[in-house]
Amino acid sequence: MNKKIIYRGAEAEICLSKYLEEKAVQKRRIQKSYRIKEIDSFLISFRTKEEAKLISDARLYGVSVPIIYDVDLNEGVITMQYLEGKRIKDILNDLDEKERKRICKMMGKSIAKLHNNDIIHGDITTSNMILLDDKIHFIDFGLGSKNGEIETKGVDLHVLMEAFESTHSQHPDCFDYVLEGYKKEFSGNAGTVIKKIEDIVKRGRYR
Amino acid sequence: MISLGIEGTAHSIGIGIIQDVKGKCNVLSNNIKTYSPEKGGIHPREAANHHANYIADLISESVKKTQIDFSDIDIVSFSQGPGLGPCLRTVATAARALALALDKPIMGVNHCVAHLEIGKGTIDGCKDPVLLYVSGANTQVIAFAEGKYRVFGETLDVGIGNCLDKFGRSKGMEFPCGPKIEKLAKKGKKYLKLPYSIKGMDIAFSGLLTAAEQYVQKGEKLEDACFSIQETTFAALTEVTERAVAHTEKNEVLLGGGVASNKRLRDMVKTMTQERDASFFVPSQDLCIDNGAMIAWLGFLMYNSGIRMSIEESVIDQRFRTDMVDVNWRE
Repeated sequence: MNKKIIYRGAEAEICLSKYLEEKAVQKRRIQKSYRIKEIDSFLISFRTKEEAKLISDARLYGVSVPIIYDVDLNEGVITMQYLEGKRIKDILNDLDEKERKRICKMMGKSIAKLHNNDIIHGDITTSNMILLDDKIHFIDFGLGSKNGEIETKGVDLHVLMEAFESTHSQHPDCFDYVLEGYKKEFSGNAGTVIKKIEDIVKRGRYR
Repeated sequence: MISLGIEGTAHSIGIGIIQDVKGKCNVLSNNIKTYSPEKGGIHPREAANHHANYIADLISESVKKTQIDFSDIDIVSFSQGPGLGPCLRTVATAARALALALDKPIMGVNHCVAHLEIGKGTIDGCKDPVLLYVSGANTQVIAFAEGKYRVFGETLDVGIGNCLDKFGRSKGMEFPCGPKIEKLAKKGKKYLKLPYSIKGMDIAFSGLLTAAEQYVQKGEKLEDACFSIQETTFAALTEVTERAVAHTEKNEVLLGGGVASNKRLRDMVKTMTQERDASFFVPSQDLCIDNGAMIAWLGFLMYNSGIRMSIEESVIDQRFRTDMVDVNWRE
């Protein structure tokens, strides 16, 4: 099968593929020769399993994610649905204010659904969200984890706040809209999470 | 210009004298004296006493060795932080006294940034690196982005050197334990599975430390434990460095700090850079560990860019963060 690499990161590469007759993408974790075999195989299979599990859990709790077709723990490959949508990063700045607000609130609600079930995405940026059928789909759970702590949820949202500042700085209200949606959907006390974000900003360690 | 730098953030007191030559750093002399406790780790007050005992003689010796006169010194730099309070205060006091006596400008510099700048200043081809800075107290991945040196990843608990020391001390080794662990690790063959803790670009070591100690208590060989500690912690350090390289889209990696002497760590980072087609740099040994030359060089860079510091502003900062420094000597 002809595999076209569409993205290469530090840890994995993404290529276009087919599953049965469906258009698919494969995320393949790359072997690293700087580390010993024992550590390399463990990390690759463990992380592949964790990521696949987070993605399928997210779907279970009503958050849109790609459908997983196949997981190969030995090779470190997840084969999943190709989402024929648009990256939020590419469209957000061109929307009118009302629509941007609606999309951002939707984002907040979806993130709250993840957090209600202790799913931490780990890298929530507008490049990792795809708009398809008027739903926001989350991709790349490679830095994700299962964690119930307020701190971790705060950090998760803080990453998005920074992404807005660097990529969508001309629309400073975006993150407030996200929090509006988040508050509506979050089952715990959203105030404590938002307070945590302020703490993290004050620590000044994260950019 | 000739700059004299005094380093003293932790267990070493260092006097370096440098001269700038066409934008590069020419080290004229670089003398280091290290406090080694009879037992246990560094006691901040005792380290400071050690520095106070040697600092005056070390300055005179360095000037003599360099074959310059005190009047040839154009600027006095010192390590303003981060580090141990008593040590920093001793060094700052000496720097102020020297600057006032010579009637020359004083410049307090950030110790972590100095580790990066000395690589750029002394190695050909090293222009815009990602620094993996690994020492006793510090473990950071630093790179230049948007006008500042930013910390892209760092330890969430102890520094890597500190982690090695803690393990070594629990097994009766003397400070510094890193070289002893490196030696033992060469004889290790069996990998004992240890927690591998990376969160985004940050690392944690404390869980691993406990697990490694338990293995030895249960009768596993010390050699195997040392081997496993090195393999696990260094793999994690290499991974976060690679992530920072990918994220910042840079193609140079620089090593710095005392733990950069470890050959296994060097090999791992080098392999990673080769697989990415990036360049790999390590400064010479005496510029890798804590030293006065790097302080002198950064002091020069800052002064040369127009920064001035009054005696009142030369207060030390134990928690001087890398990203607090305004970098106006780079475009």
